[in-house]
Amino acid sequence: MTAATATAPTGPTFRARFGRAVPYLLLAPGLLWLVIFYVIPAVQMFTYSVSTGSLETGFTMTFSGDAYATAINQFGRQFTNSLLYGGLATVFTLAIGFPVAYTIAFRGGRYKNLILFLVIAPFFTSFLIRTISWKILLGDEGPLLAPLRHGFGLIDANIPLLGHAGIIDGRFSILNTPIAQVAGLTYNFLPFMILPLYVALEKIDIRLIEAAEDLYANRAAAFRRVTLPLALPGVFAGSLLTFIPAMGDYINAELLGNPSTRMIGNVIQNRLLLQNDYPVGSALSFILMAGILVAVAVYARLLGTEQLTG
Amino acid sequence: MADATALPQAAAPSADAARKRSGGFWHWLQPRILPIFTTLAIVYLMIPIAVMIVFSFNKPAGKFNYIWNQFSLDGWAHPFDWPGLGDAVRMSLTVAVLSTLIATIIGTMMGLALTRYSFRGRGALNGVIFLPMATPEIVMGASLLTLFVATALPPLAGSVPTLYPTGFLTILIAHVMFNISYVVVTVKARLAGFDRRLEEAAMDLGANEISTFWRVTFPLIFPGIMAAALLAFSLSIDDFVITNFVSGTTNTFPIWVYSIQRNALPVQINVIGSIIFIGAVLLVGATTLRSGRAARIR
Repeated sequence: MTAATATAPTGPTFRARFGRAVPYLLLAPGLLWLVIFYVIPAVQMFTYSVSTGSLETGFTMTFSGDAYATAINQFGRQFTNSLLYGGLATVFTLAIGFPVAYTIAFRGGRYKNLILFLVIAPFFTSFLIRTISWKILLGDEGPLLAPLRHGFGLIDANIPLLGHAGIIDGRFSILNTPIAQVAGLTYNFLPFMILPLYVALEKIDIRLIEAAEDLYANRAAAFRRVTLPLALPGVFAGSLLTFIPAMGDYINAELLGNPSTRMIGNVIQNRLLLQNDYPVGSALSFILMAGILVAVAVYARLLGTEQLTG
Repeated sequence: MADATALPQAAAPSADAARKRSGGFWHWLQPRILPIFTTLAIVYLMIPIAVMIVFSFNKPAGKFNYIWNQFSLDGWAHPFDWPGLGDAVRMSLTVAVLSTLIATIIGTMMGLALTRYSFRGRGALNGVIFLPMATPEIVMGASLLTLFVATALPPLAGSVPTLYPTGFLTILIAHVMFNISYVVVTVKARLAGFDRRLEEAAMDLGANEISTFWRVTFPLIFPGIMAAALLAFSLSIDDFVITNFVSGTTNTFPIWVYSIQRNALPVQINVIGSIIFIGAVLLVGATTLRSGRAARIR
């Protein structure tokens, strides 16, 4: 750095002039944005959930619980679907993601960065297009089923293998079944599971595992009693990053599922955007948010992650 | 050490010995289970991308590009040849660029304030930053819509600027909102490892706070800011759920795809998707190479 550019402070310095206001000035724009467009909307949504009225006449706060009653009585099915499919997707991403993250962290070697790059590669395409690709792939005449059906004459028969989930109009289909929907959810959120798992596993000091083996733990015991507990924060983070968006998702249900597999997101979308039913739409969103908070709290309790992360 | 072993020949020495002793398929397979499983998982992740690219060369028999018909370059020759598609892509790019700029600037400022200064309520503020990332997108979209609607209805109407019917401005507001948190977190991560003595050295050499910031601090955290901007850009250009709530009749690319896929699935969707994919891969590749080289030089 040349001396010419480093001008000596003349008069009161920057710090003296603005002093303690600096952090507040730096925070102000972002904080304002979040308050006006995150906090206030949440308040507004709650207000509408206890209001009655319509888009034409305006809404008046009546503190009636009608919207909540409608939400719970009419859409229990969709809430259950969200919980079930979101939960299943979380379990599957964990089952697939853990071995993958483990392999990258401990066996990745010089391929580590390449594999991580491949794991995040789906993010470089649109979420919507990826889901449409599954629709192409799993369609009755798609690349997966068409050869089986026409080439080998298979699966035209009514195969009870997968229960009724995979049977549409008496023939085997994958598209428009819960199977396709859960496969799509699992696919779309798998990277969100792998990355935090990888971060947690990568941090593990390999000497701890070696020490366990030196102390006569076999590989399974060392894994169960050393690796797994140390990876729990990653399991927790990954599960949240998968479960929360999967619960609220409605694209997979709409593109890959059928009317009876619709999730709560579909209803919220429908109520707010198509029917302009703001009270019920708002109540549904609030219940979803509350349900997620409860699920997260229960999960944290089960995993005992508070103690782990401190 | 296990992590020094490359993926394809990831047999641990003990497993090798075991195989020599007893042989058999299981002992051949055992050390390879994880690499094989990982390869399959990667294939699972790549399949839809491959389908997207392959089907961008299809000439669909009808309006829907669901079934392979015959090879054609039509889509690539006329990538915007569908009413509204060009405008939607332009809108997506405009929103992405503007929201990235705004969110990166105000998010970086917040990140600086949160790591550099101690003030009352800092802990609580760190929590507030995480909230938008922990809220389901659909709830954020729904709540933003209720606010925008409320600005046009009594009692708010007239006293605040009206943001309903929704359109470009509301999309931009929403995108900045969900991007801020990601920028703050990314910039904070970069600032965490920052050596404050570099700044002290600059001040000792007579630089004032402002020139210290621009000539020392900013260049050092610039890679973090770039990473944050890239993340914000990719989140913005791909966002569907929130945008769908606040876009009204304005189309971004994902909204356009969603609204058209019920009536037709033009091959152009796959072409634009492939272009975005290849562009993102090249951009990230170039950034990684550059930062790798910069790290070596330093």
